[in-house]
Amino acid sequence: MKATAWMGTDSVKVIDVPDPKIMNARDAIVRISTTAICGSDLHLYHGYIPAMRKGDILGHEFMGEVVEVGPQVRNLAPGDRVVVPFPIACGHCSSCQRGLYSVCENSNPNAGIAEKIMGHSPAGIFGYSHLLGGYAGGQAEYARVPFADVGPVKVPDEISDDQAVMLADVFPTGYMGAEMCDIKPGQVIAVWGAGPVGLLAAASARLLGAERVIVIDRFPYRLRLAEEHIDAETINYEEADVLDTLNEMTAGRGPDACIDAVGLEGHHGNTAMYAYDRAKQAARVETERPFALRQAILACRSGGVVSVVGAYGGFVDKFPMGAFMNRSLIMRTGQCHVQRYTRPLLERIQRGEIDPSFIVSHRMPLCDAPKGYKIFQKKQDDCTKVLLKV
Amino acid sequence: MSQVDTVLLPELDGPVPATLPSALGLLSLALGVGALVAPGPVARLTGVDDSPAARSVLPAIGLRELGSAAGLLSGRRPAGWAWSRVAGDAMDLTLLGRALAERSGERRRRVALTTLAVAGITAVDVLAAVRVGRARRARARVIRMQIAVTVNRSPAEAYRFWRDMENLPRFMAHLESVRADDLRRSHWIARGPAGHRVEWDAEIIDDQPNKSITWRSLPGTRVPNAGRVRFVPAPGDRGTEVRVELRYAPPAGALGRAVAKLFGEEPEQQVRDDLRRFKQVLETGEVVRSEGSPNGISVRQQAMQRPAQPLPASRR
Ligand SMILES: NC(=O)c1ccc[n+]([C@@H]2O[C@H](COP(=O)([O-])OP(=O)(O)OC[C@H]3O[C@@H](n4cnc5c(N)ncnc54)[C@H](O)[C@@H]3O)[C@@H](O)[C@H]2O)c1
Ligand SMILES: [Zn+2]
Ligand SMILES: [Zn+2]
Repeated sequence: MKATAWMGTDSVKVIDVPDPKIMNARDAIVRISTTAICGSDLHLYHGYIPAMRKGDILGHEFMGEVVEVGPQVRNLAPGDRVVVPFPIACGHCSSCQRGLYSVCENSNPNAGIAEKIMGHSPAGIFGYSHLLGGYAGGQAEYARVPFADVGPVKVPDEISDDQAVMLADVFPTGYMGAEMCDIKPGQVIAVWGAGPVGLLAAASARLLGAERVIVIDRFPYRLRLAEEHIDAETINYEEADVLDTLNEMTAGRGPDACIDAVGLEGHHGNTAMYAYDRAKQAARVETERPFALRQAILACRSGGVVSVVGAYGGFVDKFPMGAFMNRSLIMRTGQCHVQRYTRPLLERIQRGEIDPSFIVSHRMPLCDAPKGYKIFQKKQDDCTKVLLKV
Repeated sequence: MSQVDTVLLPELDGPVPATLPSALGLLSLALGVGALVAPGPVARLTGVDDSPAARSVLPAIGLRELGSAAGLLSGRRPAGWAWSRVAGDAMDLTLLGRALAERSGERRRRVALTTLAVAGITAVDVLAAVRVGRARRARARVIRMQIAVTVNRSPAEAYRFWRDMENLPRFMAHLESVRADDLRRSHWIARGPAGHRVEWDAEIIDDQPNKSITWRSLPGTRVPNAGRVRFVPAPGDRGTEVRVELRYAPPAGALGRAVAKLFGEEPEQQVRDDLRRFKQVLETGEVVRSEGSPNGISVRQQAMQRPAQPLPASRR
């Protein structure tokens, strides 16, 4: 089959590989119809996530048709149209049973490596480095889906591929980012990053009853999506001082909750600051560029919530612990526990409360994956989200 | 002290090769007393009664033998005392060699006989010293570990799975098979590098249903080992803490190196991985596989990941 493989920093290629086969009794094989490129894939593309190997198949957002099931899979049958959550979760460990699917205790066969860096291992993730399992990803014609009796959700005909594939990651992730804010009536929520995750976090904050939603980024075309589809206010951090503007907008209180939907590859308008972290990151002295996170902490109202869905891989410098501690802030974070959200969010789409596919800017055939990575990386051609059609 | 240290392994815990050293101790005692109390007859018997120097040396040799005797019979540092006998033998052989060159006739014959006897004793002494030393080194090599994992299953379920010894290879990666001969005894085959196999028989010596199982290898194995697993209810209704204690002594030499490779550079990591697989099998039904780690969790495989893409048909 054809599959998108990581070939080194800033390099992906569509190559021929063997077709996947059932390896565990609870596996299913899915023939992929639509798959997406994620901001998380960019971290791999840029070489910031350790333990990648040349030839690794990328992709953790995909959907398609079940073509084969293992002997233990009774809920699915060949022909079913499903969307697959990106964390691989067994459903039976204590973490899974508490709904913490992205920290499943059984799905990372390379848990030993992850423990060395993170203390304990999170769940395995499709196409997301050997640190997180060494699983082949879904930017391909077929994928093997472990624990198919837990993750995949059947998609009714009236839901389009473009809508359904949002349930693999970005919609649940944005939703969880907003849910972690514990939004009360009248509250103001600020979101750093107007990528797919940030936009869907902002939209979810609306669904969850936020009074005002403020989105921060530097790309006018992305900020425009926030204004048009979410009725959000926006700040272009290259044009205005973010902290001053937020204080001004909230009459000095600061937002009640701040969502970091940027992650480890933050960008900074202040060139000196940017150069500092960029250099340390390049020298691998620091693994992250946590500009958005630092700013979110400083901006947040005292006693408020900092909700982190942007991805981090290692260690951050200059963490404003003083502000965090002295102002009684709360931080909530995590890779999304997608399995917890797929069904309720599918229902919200069915009820017409939201159409998450408003973020999709590009659709192209699988063989154009290298081009998709490039334009998404460089934010060219007003690119917000690339779907690959198989 | 680890719980499992209370499980006796004859090879490791017996009063190690005790018979030979104490026999040597008695011999030393007899020789020492003879040389001290009756230097005259001893000198005559050995054919050196014509030399005043020899007659004055004999009580000193007697004292030395008494020292060795006391050491050997005390049972402490038997290897050290056995080697002290060998050193004494060497000294005696040197003296006898000189005496032999200076004598003729009946005295020469007696000195020759004495030399032969001392040479024989020396051989026995060397053998004893080597054997005692080997046993001591085996004890020094003993590897002990205690590792635990929390499994989201009841103690009864975890116990039941482990108690069927034939299940062990499903999560212990280095085992090829375990055959239960009866409810107590089993035959274990471990697979090593380059086709090396290590086999042993084991028996369950303590079985507390739903609480613990203790086993040890039977005498005669080259890899004496013992283990205990306890199934403790995890606090807060979180299943079972499976607590394993292991003790084994890898042999020296080529087989030892093979066994060391079996357990890898980090034996603890291997056992931790075994327990992770145990957890996977109990909670999910089987060992979880990925394209990068097609055989599931293992340190070795983590170091040598294949690319995360489907396996070629030939490797399935
Ligand atoms: N927690 C999860 O489960 C989860 C799931 C998916 C993605 N993620 C992470 O979410 C993050 C965003 O993903 P995405 O797909 O939206 O990526 P993206 O690259 O499309 O979006 C990131 C956006 O952040 C903006 N940005 C950069 N620096 C900024 C700053 N200092 N202030 C404000 N905005 C800034 C960029 O201009 C860009 O628009 C990534 O880190 C990704 O790995 C996490
Ligand atoms: Zn994603
Ligand atoms: Zn789990």
